[in-house]
Amino acid sequence: MSSANPFIPSSYELNKEKRARRAKWSTLTVTVALLIPVALILTLIALKAWPALSWDYLTGDVSRSGAAGGIWGPLMGTFYLTLLCLAIVAPIGILAGVYIHEYAPDNAFTRAIMIAVTSLAGVPSIVHALFGLGAFVATLGMPKGLLTAAMTLSVMTLPVIITSTREALSSVPKNFREACWNLGASRWQTIRTIVLPNSFGGILTGVILVIARAAGETAPIMFMGAVMWLRIAPAGPERLMPYGLNDEFMALSNHLNLISKDIPGMPEQMKFGSALVLLTLILFINGLASLVRLRLRRRKRW
Amino acid sequence: MQDGVSIDIRDYSLWYGKFQALLGVSAQIKRGIITSLIGPSGCGKTTLLRSFNRINERYGNVTTQGHITILGKNILDSDVSVAALRKRVGMVFQRPNPLPISIYENVVFGMKSHLPQAERPRAVLDQAVESALREVSLWDALKDGLDRRATELTLEQQQKLCIARLLPLKPDIILMDEPCSALDASGIERIEELITELKRTFTIVMVTHNMAQARRASDECIFMLMGEIIEHTPTLDMFMNPQNSKTAAYIEGRYG
Ligand SMILES: Nc1ncnc2c1ncn2[C@@H]1O[C@H](COP(=O)(O)OP(=O)(O)OP(=O)(O)O)[C@@H](O)[C@H]1O
Ligand SMILES: [Mg+2]
Repeated sequence: MSSANPFIPSSYELNKEKRARRAKWSTLTVTVALLIPVALILTLIALKAWPALSWDYLTGDVSRSGAAGGIWGPLMGTFYLTLLCLAIVAPIGILAGVYIHEYAPDNAFTRAIMIAVTSLAGVPSIVHALFGLGAFVATLGMPKGLLTAAMTLSVMTLPVIITSTREALSSVPKNFREACWNLGASRWQTIRTIVLPNSFGGILTGVILVIARAAGETAPIMFMGAVMWLRIAPAGPERLMPYGLNDEFMALSNHLNLISKDIPGMPEQMKFGSALVLLTLILFINGLASLVRLRLRRRKRW
Repeated sequence: MQDGVSIDIRDYSLWYGKFQALLGVSAQIKRGIITSLIGPSGCGKTTLLRSFNRINERYGNVTTQGHITILGKNILDSDVSVAALRKRVGMVFQRPNPLPISIYENVVFGMKSHLPQAERPRAVLDQAVESALREVSLWDALKDGLDRRATELTLEQQQKLCIARLLPLKPDIILMDEPCSALDASGIERIEELITELKRTFTIVMVTHNMAQARRASDECIFMLMGEIIEHTPTLDMFMNPQNSKTAAYIEGRYG
């Protein structure tokens, strides 16, 4: 059929399409522009760290103030610190999020709690460090060490978990809850069987963010028992679990901070080496959790 | 194409990914009447209806084959602007979906996306709002509150508004996907009246699950089953004297 096309766009519509294309391209450009510095930083760090990297670097002891040897002690410190922090903050934060979203009546008290949570998120980490020192060490008389450092990190990351838990819970449609109540389920049963399993992905996001922050922060731990150097047992189970709960410890972020600024003549590859390990650790954990989240999301359909 | 045919569908197939939802359907939908699409759930009514203004494509991984000719042009051709197509072929959705802006802005939204500013001075917009709302008999109820949020209206008013906001674009065809399913009995009655009123000006294609409604409100019926068109006849014939035994079974309520 060779009649004229009745669906040609008017010049105004053509113009609009042009603007739409421009919007698409500018959003794309900004996104790419965002990625470039990340890629550059990663490449730079990787290149500079390259000479230091080896299995021995990962598993060797820190020696000559970090100018030689490896980073085994700080690596283990960061690992256990993060694990401990998660063990404290995840249950508290998730339960608090559940209470605030599922049970709390909408009154002044609840709103006050939410304001407190939001403000807590805005407190600089150095202030959290001082709080930890004042509350746990000075007031409660606990020793500086792995546990109090993890507790300080927990206070700092609590708002992250609470907020992401709330958001995850609110993404579960209300009518699922109504259906459960209608069938005689208690609130808690509803939460346990329907709401929590279906908001797992969102809650996990909060947990990921906590891992990243806990592993990366220096300020809150440097007053709380993170030290430059400790002797680590050369072999045996103590090599895998070098620190007790109340012991001082080494941590990657603190290690990086110290060798980067306090020690003159530090070989460059040692600094970039620990930076790269810290970064890889965090990226790896994030990647893993994102993968889990992706799989969970694919499973869910409503 | 014969005169009096508004939508001419030839061997039209549609796939969602690997799943073929429409199996080479053909039909001629006549101008200026109401045609109902009926059939059991999942038979492809919505899919076919949405093909007439290519709203389907937004869902990704949709592929099509065949021809759908509207106003003498195969709308699946690559030189068809979907914006221009949707201006001529408007759609009313199952759940009323007024935009979360004022009533006034809802009605002029289409004009604002199709006309340059110079061609839509305030007076023109005001005029368009009044005549569109009059046409769906909302004007008297709403004229003093055009600044109110459209989402605050009752469902029936919302659905009428969704019809009204198509009118300033002067469409040829209005598609409706179960336009009454969110409404109560009196709302249904008034929307049906409105639809009957509108067919003087527009070609209307309506999906419905309500046999009584198809019978009351439409001039022709298309019965679909599992992605195929089984029967397409004047409504009276279909209900009095169905040609296909499956059609008979469906309208007698033996399945669906
Ligand atoms: N976006 C989509 N992706 C994949 N499959 C789809 C999609 N939309 C519809 N389908 C499938 O295509 C088939 C036809 O769906 P369609 O919505 O057109 O049916 P329908 O006749 O409108 O049904 P209902 O009466 O329930 O509205 C169904 O089997 C449906 O599962
Ligand atoms: Mg449908």
